[in-house]
Amino acid sequence: MSNRTAGYRGLTTHRLFWPVVVLVGMLAANTVYRPGFLSVQMRDGHLYGSLIDILRLSAPLILVALGMTLVIATGGIDLSVGSLCAISGAIACLHISQQPDQNSLGAVLTALALGLGVALVLGAWNGVLVAVIGIQPIIATLILMVAGRGLAQLITEGQILTINSDPYKAIGVGHLLTLPLAIFLALAAALLVAAVTRRTALGLIIESVGGNAQASRLAGIRSARITFLVYVISAACAAVAGFMMTANVSSADGNAAGLWVELDAILAVVIGGTSLAGGRFSLGGTILGALLIQTLTTTVYAMNISPQTSLLFKAVVVIAVCLIQAPGFRARFTRRRAPAAGPTSVTEQPKEQVPA
Amino acid sequence: MKRMRTHPPSRKVIAVLAAALLATGVAACGNSDTGGSSGADDGTITLGFSQVGAESGWRTANTTSIKEAATEAGIDLKFDDAQQKQENQIKAIRNFVQQKVDVIAFSPVVESGWDTVLKEARDAKIPVILTDRSVDSADKSLYKTFLGSDFVKEGRLAGEWLVEQKKAATGPVTIVELQGTTGSAPANDRKKGFAEAIAANPNLKIVASQSGDFTRAGGKQVMEQFLKANPKIDVLFAHNDDMGLGALEAITAAGKVPGKDITIITVDAVKDGMQALADGKFNFIAECSPLLGPQLMDLVEKVHNGEEVPARIETQETTFTQEQAKEALPNRKY
Repeated sequence: MSNRTAGYRGLTTHRLFWPVVVLVGMLAANTVYRPGFLSVQMRDGHLYGSLIDILRLSAPLILVALGMTLVIATGGIDLSVGSLCAISGAIACLHISQQPDQNSLGAVLTALALGLGVALVLGAWNGVLVAVIGIQPIIATLILMVAGRGLAQLITEGQILTINSDPYKAIGVGHLLTLPLAIFLALAAALLVAAVTRRTALGLIIESVGGNAQASRLAGIRSARITFLVYVISAACAAVAGFMMTANVSSADGNAAGLWVELDAILAVVIGGTSLAGGRFSLGGTILGALLIQTLTTTVYAMNISPQTSLLFKAVVVIAVCLIQAPGFRARFTRRRAPAAGPTSVTEQPKEQVPA
Repeated sequence: MKRMRTHPPSRKVIAVLAAALLATGVAACGNSDTGGSSGADDGTITLGFSQVGAESGWRTANTTSIKEAATEAGIDLKFDDAQQKQENQIKAIRNFVQQKVDVIAFSPVVESGWDTVLKEARDAKIPVILTDRSVDSADKSLYKTFLGSDFVKEGRLAGEWLVEQKKAATGPVTIVELQGTTGSAPANDRKKGFAEAIAANPNLKIVASQSGDFTRAGGKQVMEQFLKANPKIDVLFAHNDDMGLGALEAITAAGKVPGKDITIITVDAVKDGMQALADGKFNFIAECSPLLGPQLMDLVEKVHNGEEVPARIETQETTFTQEQAKEALPNRKY
């Protein structure tokens, strides 16, 4: 009996338990509203359904949020990712639109290399500002967040650039093994980041820089180099996300592509249990957070919640997720319900805060 | 002098403009009244125009139209790009007042906060014309007139065309709507106009209506869910071309033929939208024209001569069917 209670408590206190509950709850609510919500059919040789849409549309957010996770783990923040999405997408689309044959694979690969290259340079710019010059991350990346969108519009000359390139389009809407290609790209990026950070010491080093950059430096870690690196990684993730966003609609819109995605990414990271103060991160949590945010958006459309109330609806769900995740809030809640359990929940609190 | 003015290429106009701007910069510091556009006294009308920015192809076409029309009408145009910022626009209007231009025109970035600077213009006895967007000032004497599109009418024209098309329909016709950015005037007004028009036929029913934020990505994402939630959609009404273009991809991916299985009506008539209409993917577009330059210059002359003008003037706009789009497309500027 006590074993079972302990097991249950272990499950509910896992930091991703509540986000999963909310995600499942939303899918259940959708299914109640429209029983066919979860159904997935074969159409034109690939799977088709709302669940597949959620996977495909959350891919760019997962990518951006992965980069953001590493930046936040060092105690920083990268506000420029939305603008970087717009810039990389705009450069790629501009290059393709100038080709005589837009379907040429070589041209598309060159376009991707160009977009990624520029994004890496801009990521390095962020990195230098933060790690070398020592500007506060929120200010350093704010520069590119504002100026970058102007740059993207300069590239597209203020127009929406429409392209007609099947290989490029595939990044956004193509399929592999009946599933959207975009989700495989996001998954590949996630596995790569996980391998590099969790199979080597890099993840631990990033966390130590986030925990205390000064102490890490004294312990022999080149913290400035690590800080520089995470901004470059974040920019690379944003670039690929930008390709997906523009490929999804076969057009580059300097004004709208990736608009506010930095805020969604930060939210995904936080829902995933990564501390904004830095010092620890959870890649799985971030992916879950991104899926949750996209499911929320899709739910609004699928349940036809009126646009005037949809923002409120989203806010309520996000607040609920954040509150029930907060150990302080949960402790208060359990204490009120079962006063006898008070001391135990208090003693349990510190346990939760030990990084897993 | 005047005859020369009608000839010179736009480069010369820009040179004059640049010189005038430089002069103002100096004049502003020296508080000199003789600086600025002394050239305005030769009978040429000087127009100070402050544009919102260059956020879309629509806006670029709007700017081009105003510049071309000014050259054609022999009006000396001082053009300012506010880059989406109200403070830039207020600064530009103050500069125009100091330069003693004859008429000020601008497209307000936002609706509120204009009273002070507009009063300064009124005190300097410079008439103001609003273009494309309005301001919410209670004091209507702050500006002479507002030249712009009637968004309600655009929605109504779209709705009326649909009522005409479906008048033979005996069963229910299901409509889905892609709204613009929630709370924006074009979204509110187009929705209202469309709803009013289709009320004429009780068979026409809007089953779902969501915001696609005026973007292609938004239109596509919302349409994907509409298609899954409603097995039978007859008509799509999108508040702009871009959302309609995004929805096209969702419709194709769902194995339906846009323009045939689903009738698509949009607003704007930008080039990509007109192309889709000419290709038979859209069925009808109600125009929201940015080409208000000639009308604006006409108004500037009238206001300058002290003639009475109506407080609200609509941009000359039309609608396009697939055949009309094929004809109009080669000459489309934006």
